[in-house]
Amino acid sequence: MNKTYTVALAGNPNVGKSTIFNALTGMHQHTGNWTGKTVDSAIGYFKTKTNNYRLVDLPGTYSLMPHSPEETVARDFVINEKPDAVIVVCDATTLCRNLTLVLQTIKVSQRVLVCVNLLDEADKKGIKIDLKLLSEKLGVRVVGTTARNKKSVKNLTLTLDEVLNQPPKTDFDFNTNEEAALLTVKTAEEICSTVVTYKTDNHNERDLKIDKIITSKIFAFPIMLALLCLVFWITISGANYPSDMLFSAFSQLEDWLSTLLLSLNCPEIIHNAIIFGVFRTVSFIVSVMLPPMAIFFPLFTLLEDLGFLPRIAFNLDKPFKNCGACGKQALTMCMGFGCNAAGVTGCRIIDSPRERLLAILTNAFVPCNGRFPTIIAIITMFLISGGISGSFLSAIILTAVITFGIILTFLATKLLSKTVLKGVPSNFILELPPYRRPQILKVIVRSIFDRTLFVLGRSLIVAAPAGLIIFIMSNAKINDITLLSYCADFLDPFARLLGLDGVILIAFILGFPANEIVIPIIIMAYMGTGVLEDGFSLSFMKNLFTQNGWTVKTAISMLIFTLCHWPCSTTVLTIKKETASVKWTLLSILLPTAFGVVLCMIFNFIYNLMF
Amino acid sequence: MEVFNLESLFDLNVGQKCHILSILVESPLKRRLIDIGLTPEGEVCCVGQSPLGDPKAYLIQGAVIALRKEICQNIIVGAVK
Repeated sequence: MNKTYTVALAGNPNVGKSTIFNALTGMHQHTGNWTGKTVDSAIGYFKTKTNNYRLVDLPGTYSLMPHSPEETVARDFVINEKPDAVIVVCDATTLCRNLTLVLQTIKVSQRVLVCVNLLDEADKKGIKIDLKLLSEKLGVRVVGTTARNKKSVKNLTLTLDEVLNQPPKTDFDFNTNEEAALLTVKTAEEICSTVVTYKTDNHNERDLKIDKIITSKIFAFPIMLALLCLVFWITISGANYPSDMLFSAFSQLEDWLSTLLLSLNCPEIIHNAIIFGVFRTVSFIVSVMLPPMAIFFPLFTLLEDLGFLPRIAFNLDKPFKNCGACGKQALTMCMGFGCNAAGVTGCRIIDSPRERLLAILTNAFVPCNGRFPTIIAIITMFLISGGISGSFLSAIILTAVITFGIILTFLATKLLSKTVLKGVPSNFILELPPYRRPQILKVIVRSIFDRTLFVLGRSLIVAAPAGLIIFIMSNAKINDITLLSYCADFLDPFARLLGLDGVILIAFILGFPANEIVIPIIIMAYMGTGVLEDGFSLSFMKNLFTQNGWTVKTAISMLIFTLCHWPCSTTVLTIKKETASVKWTLLSILLPTAFGVVLCMIFNFIYNLMF
Repeated sequence: MEVFNLESLFDLNVGQKCHILSILVESPLKRRLIDIGLTPEGEVCCVGQSPLGDPKAYLIQGAVIALRKEICQNIIVGAVK
């Protein structure tokens, strides 16, 4: 019977630790190219000829003296759980700094195996490391790996078997004072000066050149904006075709399901509730939501793996600092463009709890993929005339709407940090990792599994019951008037103050599970059909909306309200999970809603004065 | 070697190198800086600055680290010997 050993995988952020983890365990887990991506420690299992292993992937940490929640997780595990061995993964290109953690870990662990990763990149940069000498100096086994090379990973497991045959160390020394830290760093420097040789002096010349352009005064902001627009353009235009395919596939499925239910003598009312209520809403959401996310997230992950995203945080740190927040919020904000729920989860990369809350509470101010179709449809229907100049103009208006969302994010962040989340900006220390060639296929697979399916799963949980509610409201009648109409009439006076009407407002409320269904609900309510339908042309929609009293004023009010209202149910659930607080969750709903209501009222007041 | 008068790390221009004299911040931040390789007597090179001038990026032990003005102004530096 093979013994099972617990082995921890430690290392600085961004050293390819998760790639090693995946190579060893075969379990898919995302590796981010920005600091502190892995937060909950992932666990995987693998076997060798002689041993069984339970491998715990710890969050990236610079030292065993913790500074953030993630680092505390790593420290506590190594010190308190006493794993049988710790593998410390090091980045060969920045070995010296990595050795600090190695030296600290050696002092407090039973057995240590050092894995010098990214040897290929070091090689490219003309950095040579004498692994044998390093092993002698440290007094522990050292293995060199290039995570993309299977053989080197095999070598790692063989060495791990050997390391576990050694008796465990029993005397631990954990001194956390400054002198000890300085001494450790000095020792690391000494070791490095003997084992590392540089062929050239300027080993990261290329990265510095790229950085010079990306962070330059002239190009930085245009590049970021252009890239953002490019990502949207690819996402939106690329999503149309697969969306249509999904729609027709689902309608085929709907027919079969309907025939099946009828052949089982299912009562008509239940048949309709299942087919037109639950099934159609769910299939609607999947068809509209899945394709853009399946395109946006791989693109985002690609930028992440390239190393571009930390530069965005670097460029935008100052404005965020002025709002009392952290530059990394720029990243979670960008992620919010894909999906606010994913953006909220991404806020874990922010160290300070106060700044993390700021980022979570303001994430919904940027429009997500679910709101883009609505925004674009309204712009196209009411704000521009057709033709080439029209499509150019619509791109400009769209960019303006996005920029407005970003400005609101800053305003809301500032407001929060002056009121309920008072405090001074914490110390911003961000590593700008080397640019890396992303592994494109892996990126696609990982981002679809990690982010897209995660978000989709969560939204479906709410979509099914919501579909039933929408069906009941639009079909249950009292005195021949549907519940939906009653609610719309009830909300109408208030909605008028916002420049909307009762139907639009009830559509936003019923669109809580997914913003994608707001416009379909409006169409359903105006037409009085009682079921969600797709496939209306924009000109048909424009006619229908105009007949129901829409003007340019309604369109702009609708744009403002689409940008600022309560986050969708998926996001709210995620905020609840991330903050573990009902109070903050409620605030995250109230804050954008208050912004939306006030902005709409101000807009309508001014509009009425002017016209 | 170019001679320049410097007081804090923030005064360093892109491309300039310096020698850390002392770090005038309290732990745990000081510990954090030491952990990432910023030590008294160590050498640091400024390799970039954000378009708005703050933060700046420094090459510290082979890695590029961005630090805000508030931290840099409390790190006293001298010219490279």
